[in-house]
Amino acid sequence: MDAVPLSWYLLLSAVLFALGAAGFMFRRNLITVFMSIELMLNAVNLTFIALASRLGQVDGQVFAFFVMVVAAAEAAVGLAIILVVFRNRGTLQVDELDSLKN
Amino acid sequence: MQHLWLIPAFPLAGFLLNGLLGRRASKAFVNTVAIGTVLLSFLWVLKTLLALAPLETAHVERYFTWIQSGDLRIGYDLAVDRLSAVMLLVVTGVGLLIHIYAIGYMAHEGGYYRFFAYMNLFMFFMLTLVLGANFLLMFVGWEGVGLCSYLLIGFYFLRQSATNAGNKAFIVNRIGDLGFSLAIFLILVNFGTLDFAAVFARIAGLPVEVSAGILTAIALLLLLGATGKSAQIPLYVWLPDAMEGPTPVSALIHAATMVTAGVYMVARSSVLYLHAPLALDVVAWIGLATAFFSATIGLTQFDIKRVFAYSTVSQLGYMFLALGSRAFGAGIFHLWTHAFFKALLFLGAGSVIHAVGQQDLRHMGGLRKHAPVTFGTLLCAAVAIAGVPFTSGFFSKDEILLAAHHHSPLMFWIGVITAGMTAFYVFRAIFLAFFGQYRGEGHPHESPAVMTLPLIGLAAGSLASGYFNVSKFLEPQFASPVEHHDMLLVAISVAAGLAGIALAWGFYVLRPGTADRLAERLGLLYRLVYNKYFVDEIYRALVVRPLVGGSREVLWKSVDVGVIDGAVNGIGERARNIGAMLRRLQSGYIRSYATWVVLGALAALVAMGTAGGTR
Repeated sequence: MDAVPLSWYLLLSAVLFALGAAGFMFRRNLITVFMSIELMLNAVNLTFIALASRLGQVDGQVFAFFVMVVAAAEAAVGLAIILVVFRNRGTLQVDELDSLKN
Repeated sequence: MQHLWLIPAFPLAGFLLNGLLGRRASKAFVNTVAIGTVLLSFLWVLKTLLALAPLETAHVERYFTWIQSGDLRIGYDLAVDRLSAVMLLVVTGVGLLIHIYAIGYMAHEGGYYRFFAYMNLFMFFMLTLVLGANFLLMFVGWEGVGLCSYLLIGFYFLRQSATNAGNKAFIVNRIGDLGFSLAIFLILVNFGTLDFAAVFARIAGLPVEVSAGILTAIALLLLLGATGKSAQIPLYVWLPDAMEGPTPVSALIHAATMVTAGVYMVARSSVLYLHAPLALDVVAWIGLATAFFSATIGLTQFDIKRVFAYSTVSQLGYMFLALGSRAFGAGIFHLWTHAFFKALLFLGAGSVIHAVGQQDLRHMGGLRKHAPVTFGTLLCAAVAIAGVPFTSGFFSKDEILLAAHHHSPLMFWIGVITAGMTAFYVFRAIFLAFFGQYRGEGHPHESPAVMTLPLIGLAAGSLASGYFNVSKFLEPQFASPVEHHDMLLVAISVAAGLAGIALAWGFYVLRPGTADRLAERLGLLYRLVYNKYFVDEIYRALVVRPLVGGSREVLWKSVDVGVIDGAVNGIGERARNIGAMLRRLQSGYIRSYATWVVLGALAALVAMGTAGGTR
């Protein structure tokens, strides 16, 4: 554990999260946006586990499991929604999906 | 415990029963409830008074604390002393007869149950007013009877003039009630209690106020309240209009009971008034002026109920004259006898209206043969009010005039002239209605027994009630200022009354038409009096117009529209503008929302970092 300092893990996590956030904001394809969310979730998981390991507590590890379960469920629902959106609209371009307005 | 609370509770129960169930119930049910509850109340009064006799000190019953704040305690306390005993007998006794009469009078009217429900509610409030042992409880009754008066004046609410008259009575009384409530506040501030016994005990210990001061202020404010309720100058204008109500209402509320509440209140506060001689003088002069001026108006009116209405105002003026002359007992004595003969005059007038179908004296005449019972009983009332010797009005009116003479001979002479006018206008009405030829249409008929029996009962009261000498009965409470009766003064006032009767006989029976010629000759003066001195018009020009105009132009169009509506609409407009700006954020693009979330999270981080709130 001493081989890799904690800060590296946290830095990696931050980079992954920033990538996810940027992808969420700037990518146009709905599936890519979706994958960006997964990336952010896993970046957070990494932070949890790194800190749990460092502090010698299992709470963070348990949290990571929860996040994975939620992510799996979200993937199932999210992919289904994306499928329906594509079927109805014939496109997955986020810019063309503005029906949240009005 | 005599369970005094039952006295007002019976009519309240009647009100609730008739008010809630009366619409679907039969007339027999409504009658039984309305008359039965008043009868029970009357019997309970008799039982209580017999049990408490001789009642030389007040009997107080405390039921529960109504308001408790610091040291101040205002309780639901009822009290009976000799003064309220007289009032209780008048209210329940005369009230019972009028309720019975109303069965016949209202038989063909719509809203039958509503009428009796209101009447019972009135009885409840009037009895509360009389029995209340502190100023606030009295005020509750005071306002309650005002409400019932309003409801019953406007009973025929489809008629515009009736609703207007109801509003007028209510609004004019508000002015008086403002005075009454200010007086209550002053008493509360200065004496720390509203209990009659406690307040008057404190006042009795104070020196008599020679110049104006707090006691005079309280007394004058109470008097303002009394002038509203008891129709004295300057607030008497509502009473003649109140005749729009059904006749039993005029008899019960606007002749026998409610309008005497002001007299009762001043008599109740006699200790206060005796300590404020200035206010007492004002009471006397207001009473005298009212008695005189309304009697002159009564001379010229042609509506039979209006004649009697002005007569009521005038007789109430007499009572105030008595109070102002320190003869509180004589004032209550006149209240007692007046209740009988004035209720009878109104009920008789109702019987006449019932017979001929209208109220204008010019379309009556010769009813003596058609309605003999009404004629006979009305004659009893007329001789009583004219003060013919050995009738009830003779005893009470003479006591008042003697007290007035003791106070100031000028007052006595004005009072005598008024007594002459009283006799004249009452007999003028009698002669116009019952003598000569019938001038109306249709066939007049006598009223049913349910109406004539109460008339006979009241006629007996009008003749005999003077033999119960109320002012002697009240001697323990009110010392009489007059030691001995001066026979010469008695003779003068009786002569004035007889002269009035004789003059009316000459004008309207021996030589009909004399009055019209005299009216023509007097011209301007007659028109002035006939139009009631244009007081209504003056009030309209001086008070009502400016108030309505000011309310419309200033309060409504500038303050309400400009300031209040302006503020409310302005706030709404700002909120709308801000909303319009913010809705641009709502693009519908998920990426822009995400951007806002990230920016927000960053802002939160920065804020926590700079504020040092990370730990």
